Amino acid sequence: MQTPAPFEYERATSVEGAIASLERLGPEARIIAGGHSLLPMMKLRLASPQHLIDINDLSELAYVREDDGMIKIGALTRHVELLDSDLLASHFPLFRDAEEVIADPVVRNRGTIGGSLCQADAAEDLSAVCSAAKAFVVIRGKDGERVVSMEDFHVGPYMTAVGAGEMLTEVRLPLFPGAGSAHEKVERRAGDWAIAAASAAVWIEGGTIAQVGIALSAVGLTTIHLGRAEELLRGKPPSEDLFGQARDIAAEDCSPSADGRGPIDYKRHLAGVLTQRALRRATERALRQEATAA
Amino acid sequence: MNVTITLNGETVSHEVEPRRLLVHYIREDAGLTGTHWGCDTSNCGACVVLMDGKPVKSCTILAAMCEGHEIRTVESLERDGRLDPVQEGFYEKHALQCGFCTPGMLMTGRALLDENPDPSEEEIRTAISGGICRCTGYKNIVSAIRWAADQEAATRQEA
Repeated sequence: MQTPAPFEYERATSVEGAIASLERLGPEARIIAGGHSLLPMMKLRLASPQHLIDINDLSELAYVREDDGMIKIGALTRHVELLDSDLLASHFPLFRDAEEVIADPVVRNRGTIGGSLCQADAAEDLSAVCSAAKAFVVIRGKDGERVVSMEDFHVGPYMTAVGAGEMLTEVRLPLFPGAGSAHEKVERRAGDWAIAAASAAVWIEGGTIAQVGIALSAVGLTTIHLGRAEELLRGKPPSEDLFGQARDIAAEDCSPSADGRGPIDYKRHLAGVLTQRALRRATERALRQEATAA
Repeated sequence: MNVTITLNGETVSHEVEPRRLLVHYIREDAGLTGTHWGCDTSNCGACVVLMDGKPVKSCTILAAMCEGHEIRTVESLERDGRLDPVQEGFYEKHALQCGFCTPGMLMTGRALLDENPDPSEEEIRTAISGGICRCTGYKNIVSAIRWAADQEAATRQEA
């Protein structure tokens, strides 16, 4: 039987209360939401928190809404809610692409965006999705909030910018015109880790790529931000030739390891191909949006 | 700690450790062994129960997290000696052999039909993709859930 080591349990009744508990209990306390990453790790003793602070009652953290030129997503929003959100799909269709293939529908009823991002597993999809979409996260502590870009949020494998006595409360996706995005993933079966996945978002203005975000899952120790490919694409008109160059950069700039899901050269090749496909589909979507708007 | 949940419509209360998983609370504390305890890693889906009407994997939820929530297990499907149409469908379509995955498949199928009374084969396959069956190859499970959908549609028409 797999059972976590003993711990104390409490239920938060407010965000402030949860932060106060984190502050009071120190580094051996953890927030639990869906628990579908944390509990398996606790069963394996990869994590042994002495206190769990359950935030599932904090319904004020479960929302997807448009506000202030941004899409704002509460940390407790579950995968199924992200999948079902037409607002999110209309602005950032890569979320729906990803949510259709994250874990399985039963797990998606519990897992949350905040938990997924804070787990910072390199094979986790939403970290790449949020990186590509140029998201910011809101981290709250007792002295207030700070807003952090995804590049600064990812500190290392399973490590984020969320510090002691802090919790992630919101994901923010700034809205700019001409947006299109896509997420491409190859996995062996529902619920397995990806062999590789690529997220891409483009913002096209006047026929050129004004801004672009590309990130990879499962082909390195952390989510990989493809800065070199982004730089290449920025300011140029989208083309198959350009996407082919981005494919080659993705294959070079990832650092997969060989395992039961495939050898290194295969994963590099796959990361490249998925990057190309994601860029192609993101661009098609951006141009279609533009056509509809006109 | 004391954990009180609504289990198949009845209020149950047990003194458990905070680390008690819902699946063990259901099987060992409440004594309802219809829910199966399988892989323990949220992969196999044998332990699926409904939490406030939605299917969840009870091996990856703490009993403490269910305090104040409504849990439904496979024991709640049969009512007054009448099988649920999903159970009947499994019987009619021979959707089980060893039966280990069956409680999870039944609850997942029930939840699907509650939300979508007329699912396509594709939608059924997606819905049960969080469950593993090593006997049937899934085909008969899909047929069984579809059979239940047709049965329920016919019953609605009569009513």
